[in-house]
Formats: sequence, C-alpha cells, structure tokens
Amino acid sequence: MAVIDTERPTPPQRPEIVHAEIAAGDQKLVETPLGFFERIAASEGLRKLFIVAMLGLAWEIYGRLLGNDLIFPTLGQTLVAWVDAAVSGTLINRTLTSLRVLGIAYVIGVVLATGLTIVAVSSRLGTDLLSTLTSMFNPLPAIALLPLALLWFGIGITSIVFVVIHSVLWAVALNMHTGFLSVAETLRMSGRNVGLKGLPYVVYILIPAAFPAILAGLKIGWAFAWRTLIAAELVFGVSSRSGGLGWFIFENRNQLQTAHVFAGLLTVILIGLAVESGIFRLIERYTVARWGMQR
Amino acid sequence: MHGRLDDSALPRPRLEVDGVTLQYRTRDYAVRATQRVSFDVHGADRFVLLGPSGCGKSSLLKAIAGFLSPVEGEIRLDGQKVTEPGPDRMMVFQEFDQLLPWKTVEQNVLFPMERTGKYSGKDARERARRFLDKVKLSKFAHVYPHQLSGGMKQRVAIARALALEPRVLLMDEPFAALDALTRREMQQELLQLWDEARFTVVFVTHSIHEAIVVGNRILVLSPHPGRVKAELNSGDFGEGAEAGMAIQALDTRINAMLFGEAAGASTGQSQAGSVHGGH
Repeated sequence: MAVIDTERPTPPQRPEIVHAEIAAGDQKLVETPLGFFERIAASEGLRKLFIVAMLGLAWEIYGRLLGNDLIFPTLGQTLVAWVDAAVSGTLINRTLTSLRVLGIAYVIGVVLATGLTIVAVSSRLGTDLLSTLTSMFNPLPAIALLPLALLWFGIGITSIVFVVIHSVLWAVALNMHTGFLSVAETLRMSGRNVGLKGLPYVVYILIPAAFPAILAGLKIGWAFAWRTLIAAELVFGVSSRSGGLGWFIFENRNQLQTAHVFAGLLTVILIGLAVESGIFRLIERYTVARWGMQR
Repeated sequence: MHGRLDDSALPRPRLEVDGVTLQYRTRDYAVRATQRVSFDVHGADRFVLLGPSGCGKSSLLKAIAGFLSPVEGEIRLDGQKVTEPGPDRMMVFQEFDQLLPWKTVEQNVLFPMERTGKYSGKDARERARRFLDKVKLSKFAHVYPHQLSGGMKQRVAIARALALEPRVLLMDEPFAALDALTRREMQQELLQLWDEARFTVVFVTHSIHEAIVVGNRILVLSPHPGRVKAELNSGDFGEGAEAGMAIQALDTRINAMLFGEAAGASTGQSQAGSVHGGH
C-alpha cells in the first residue's frame, strides 16, 4: 500500500485503456429526428400564436361576463366592427392616410439623421453639435411640440409631419452615430487602404459596417414615429377632411362606438406587428444575420 | 546615411525608408516610436521587420501604408513620397475583421479592384477567381467571412491584396493570431505564392523563427524607441540537417543581438524563438 501524502498529492497509477474496434461515424448516434411536438414547440411563431390565442380567449370570456359593450366589447364584437369598418372603407382610408403621413415623415427624418451623422463623423465640431442636439431634443416628447407646430404650420398634415420627424430624427441619429463610432479600426484601415475617403468611405465602409446599429436606430425611430403619429392624430384631424387612424379612434369614441374604438386600436397594434416582425425581421434576415453580425 | 558602401551598384530601390522618426501622442506624452530608421526594399524582396514589442515595427508599416506621417525623414515608393494610403501598398492585417463581413469572399476580393477602377467587369472577376484558386479557396467564393476559420480569412485577405498587384504588399503580423500548425502552413503557402508571383513584401513579425523562414532580408529593430540594430540576410538555407543548423545559428545570432550574448546562448535553443518582453 502506497502511503498517501496529503501535502503533495499525486494522481494514482492506472492501466491505459485503448478501444480497438470503434466503427467510425455511427449515424444513428449522431442524428436523431425530433418528435412532432418537439418540432412544434421549437417554432417561436407557433408559440407566440398560442399566447395570442389564449389572450383572445380571455378577452372574449371577460367581455361576455361583463356584458357591457359600451365599456368593454368582446373580441367577437370588435372583429365584427373591424370587418364592418374595413368593408365600408373608412378604416382602410384612415389607415392609408396615417401610413402616408408616416412614410413622408419617416423618410425625411431618416435622411436628416443621416446627414447630421455624416456631419458629426467628419468633424469634431459636428460631433459636438450632434451630441448637444440629441441630448437636448431626445428627452423632449415629440407630442409636446404639437401646439407649437399648430401655431407655425396650422392645422394640417405639415404639423403632424413636423412632430413625427422630430420623434424619428434624434433616435436614428444617435444610433447611427454610435454605430459609426464603433466600426473596428482594422475595417476602417482596410477601407482607407484602398484609397476610399469622404463620401465613398462613408457609403462603402461606415454605413454597412455600422448597419446593425443603424437598423436598431431605424426600428426605434419607427416605433417612436408610429406612437407619435397616432397621438397627434387624436388631438386633431377635425378639419383635415381625411383624418388618420388616431382620428378614427377619437371619432368613434365620441359616437360611443366602443367596438370600433377597439377595432382602431387593434389595427394600430397589427400594423406595428407587421412592420416590426414582418419588414424589419426580413431586413435583418437578409442583412445582419446573413453577414454574421447579429444572431 | 545608410552606412552601406556599395549602394551605387544596386538598382534603384522599390521602397525607401529614409531617416524616419515616428511619434504618436497619448494624453500626456508624445511617444517616440522609431528614431531615424532607414532601409531600402528592392523588387521581389521578402523584407522582414523584426523586433520586440515597442520597437515601432507596426508603426513603421503603418507609415509605409500612409496611415501615419513621419515627424522626420520620408518614405518613398518608386521615388514618390508617400503621403496617404493607397492601393499600391495593399496591407494584410493581423486581425481577422479586416474583411468586409457584408460581402462574400469573392466580393471581398473584387471590392478593391472595382473601387480603385484598376480592374473591372469580367477581367476583375477572372482575377478574383484566379487568386482565390491560388489560396485554395475557390470552393468558398460565395460564403460570407463569418463562416470561415481564421486561417481562411487571412488567405482571403492575402488574395484580395495580391489580386490588385500592389507595388509592395504590407503584412502586419498576419499569422500571429493563428494556431501554431496553421501558422506554419501559411508561411509555406506565402513562400509558394511568392515563388510564383515574385511580389515585393514587407512583413512584420516578433517571431525570430518566422522572420528567418519568411524573409530573405531581416531588419532587426531595438525597442524604445525603435532603432535599426542590423540588416541581415536570410533564406537559401538549402535542405536537410545543414539547413537546420544554419537556421539555428541565425536564430541564436539574432537572439544575442536583441538580448545580449547570455540570452542568446540560453534561449537560442528554442526552435520557434519568439521575441518576448522588450526591455
């Protein structure tokens, strides 16, 4: 028997083990097909659909128990109102008006943000300008500017476009700038090595390299813009003959058509979802995910 | 100035580094990276800048590339003073993120050719294919860089640089982040590529062994600030045991040069002797 030295332990001596007859690549060991339910549970979309279905069920049950469709219409009533409003054309018109205003404001906001960011990356004074402006205006809720906008531009699309631009601009510029700053030094040098500078350098190196951050900024900007737009439309729309979705909600509340109010809100949510998990998810899949810049 | 006697017998050098002092600023100090460094690189040279960290070898390469301006002296390519980065001095970096992640391997090789307008269209695509073939990556032409291993990424960077036929290829410790086996493989591949195309390369390394294997001319730099200790010949070791002895002898000699005789004798035994520390 060896005496075990507790101060300086040594590993025990063991015989060697060699497995002589291992067949290479036993396919059954490596891959096992997943069962039906395992596959269903693995799909994020299906899981979320399940949650939505459960919420809808809860809504319907609660609405029926309450039995007061002026305060809380059921899911069924809401869907009927939704189809009704859609068929009559009002809902679709209202939605298109909203989307058109949003589109105009969003594009202008993003273009301005891009310009501001390019100014910011090309000089130190520009950087200071951007950071001062964003720290001043980013915390200012866009909707708070609406009274001022009404004073300047009157009641109409221009005022709404103005506040929506304000909600998009700072969020997008801030993200874009952060994205540009975080582009790796090596990547910058490989761009300049080829002789790129000025605008081509920004277009061919900085923008694609900062694309994950830019996309995040665009998403945040979109969410801000959509919220601000609906809120702004709630305030007026009275005299602009074709109001947007916000106006649809407000109008129906005044007429105590609560189911229609719910239908309007549902549309706001659906469009939000469609843009978020439709358009942006698609862009992500074909850009940053494919490039391995984001999982 | 160069301290050589028969400069006149040589052809005009491709790249002249003439009394170059480099300096960079930190918050409180102006740090001198190199002190009046001079050397000439000739066509088809495999010129190695070797030294411990802090000898300014990477700064020198960046200055040649045009990313850094000397505070004293000048750098000339074909007699023209270097003032800014340009595609006639393509650089291969140590970091793997030098490839554009949003472009496929083939697009990465095409990018400098198209942006500089040196080659375009069918011509450029044909060149891209040829150089990817040379670095054995034809199969991966349509793959994005994040799907490649470190060694493959470096091969793409080399193909991208060579496809543009730069006057000088600059390599900044290109294999330092690779594992030992891949590094050895890449050194051999680089030599094969050189043997076919006979390009001119300035290669920065801190590994004495790599310097001897890769280079035909080795500039030994001392640290803080970087000054030229020696310019040595390497290469043509032949085959077999005698070559091993010659390589070992040069290794020991450089070690002694950098760390004094005692260090040379003791660490000269290690086969892949790296220059560690720097004081």
